[in-house]
Amino acid sequence: MWTYIVRRVLISIPMLFVISIIVFGLAHFMPGDAVAAMISPDSPAADEIAEIRRGQLGLDRSVMSQYWSWLGQLVQGNLGFSFITGDSVTSTIGARMSATIILMGSSLMFSIVVGVVLGVVSAMRQYRTTDYGLTVLGFIGLSVPIFFLGLVLIYLFALRLDWFPTSGIGAPGQDRTIISTLHHLVLPGLSLGVLRIALFMRYTRASVLEVMRDDCVRTARSKGLHERTVISWHIVRNALGPVATVIGLALPLLVSGAIVIEQVFQWPGIGLLFINAINQRDAPVIMGIVMLSAVMIVAVNLLTDIAYSFIDPRVRYD
Amino acid sequence: MAAQRFWEHKLARFGVIVLVVVTASVVLAPVIAWHSPTEINLDNRGAGLSWSHPFGTDRTGRDVFSRVLHGGRVSLLVAVVTATLAAAVGVTVGAIAGFYGRSIDTVLMRIVDIVLTFPALVLVIALVAVMEPGIKSTIIALSVLRWPQIARIVRGEFLRMRELEFVLAAENSGASSRVIIVRHLLPNVVGPVAVALTLLMADAILLEAALSFLGLGIQVPEPSWGNMLQDAQSINVLENLPWMWIFPGTFIIVTVLAINFAGDGLRDALDPRSDHG
Repeated sequence: MWTYIVRRVLISIPMLFVISIIVFGLAHFMPGDAVAAMISPDSPAADEIAEIRRGQLGLDRSVMSQYWSWLGQLVQGNLGFSFITGDSVTSTIGARMSATIILMGSSLMFSIVVGVVLGVVSAMRQYRTTDYGLTVLGFIGLSVPIFFLGLVLIYLFALRLDWFPTSGIGAPGQDRTIISTLHHLVLPGLSLGVLRIALFMRYTRASVLEVMRDDCVRTARSKGLHERTVISWHIVRNALGPVATVIGLALPLLVSGAIVIEQVFQWPGIGLLFINAINQRDAPVIMGIVMLSAVMIVAVNLLTDIAYSFIDPRVRYD
Repeated sequence: MAAQRFWEHKLARFGVIVLVVVTASVVLAPVIAWHSPTEINLDNRGAGLSWSHPFGTDRTGRDVFSRVLHGGRVSLLVAVVTATLAAAVGVTVGAIAGFYGRSIDTVLMRIVDIVLTFPALVLVIALVAVMEPGIKSTIIALSVLRWPQIARIVRGEFLRMRELEFVLAAENSGASSRVIIVRHLLPNVVGPVAVALTLLMADAILLEAALSFLGLGIQVPEPSWGNMLQDAQSINVLENLPWMWIFPGTFIIVTVLAINFAGDGLRDALDPRSDHG
């Protein structure tokens, strides 16, 4: 068991190393020049200024030396400094982190709760109208572009009904309170959460159906337990283990969705920062965000694997 | 047998019919649409639905109906070419890894793992940013993103079949590795790969739409379903010209839904033991 965990951790290290090379390479070969974009071409001695600035940013050194110094700082948690603002990338990302975590966390909770409930209902009513209807709805959930749902929600609930604000995380010029943040969170949170219900519903349904055929359920029924007890105590509890691993599967989807939804709602999180950095060719910020998302997913996959090996002792460790 | 089972799957039948209609109308767009998709008419800006403009006109007076049909050509083209490229690379890599095993397998599957580590949109955006934005970079980025999934499926099937008797028999009768892979093994993965490819096409349409919506995919004035939705980022368009975004959005949903239905039917038809409800 412990050898398995240690091995899984050790395998991740060379993987992260290769990922860091890819990330650096992508940012390095990005066309466009952030330095040239910062300096007005009309200013006298524009070329000299650009040259000095490149020297300050370390852009005049060889690619290898740039990579090694970036990696050296990276492992210490320093992601470098933005070409555009000069601020530390680590603290820029850190400042945006809470908004993204609030958005992703609340929509994940929402889709898990609703998805698991609907999945159990669907499985209990297997091959009946409810099950069939939920399956079709699940397909629709997988087919709607997430930003389109966002636009529809803004149109209906912000523009037509005026129940919620169209964008941002708080009213301009006012202090951010919990109430106002929640008020701004409803539409982007729903846009991101609603479509992922389908994912959790599907897995819960399959998992419940499998457990229902299990011996322990037959035993529980035959010893005369109340049907409600059988469902809540034996079926749902046993079915939730495999569903927990779906969270690892949902996370990359959630990150992709958050990038688009933050753009639609101008939600000041990491996704919005990423798109701005791409448009401004701000390589250190781009590298920081791509690296962070990859590390996060490696870590979550690792945790789900380890958690699963605890839940299910049948997992083989060789 | 499989064809019959497929056709009996109600949702799949519905999906295929919708797909045929959508594909035919976007392929025949130049014939069907009587307005040019890019012709600007400043005297007829933001006009509502009419006989002449069944989906209205946009902020520069271009015909939305024509743009939706022509945009569909781009969106479907991206999906089909992406699926073809991803299949070509994925099947080759998967077959080599699964057949030869050992260190070749380890190296190739590590590459697969690494690509699959990035969230889809993060990798695609980083890739298109390195290239000139447009159809070509969109297709390349989506293919780079998606070949590993095909490779994983093919490799798994190959590993499973590697020690089966028909492969050992072919080996002992002196068939070369190439013949075994192409003649004996590949025909057996056509089913799972076909199912994966339909899902991949649905996914490619959604990702192209997201990318173009962010302004990083297909570039205006060339229409695509995704970049037509870009205009809806302006509150004015969103509130007052809803036909500009409702129609392309609906076409995306209906097409992707139809592909997903067809893919589900295909999976059930090819694997009758499976239970997907």
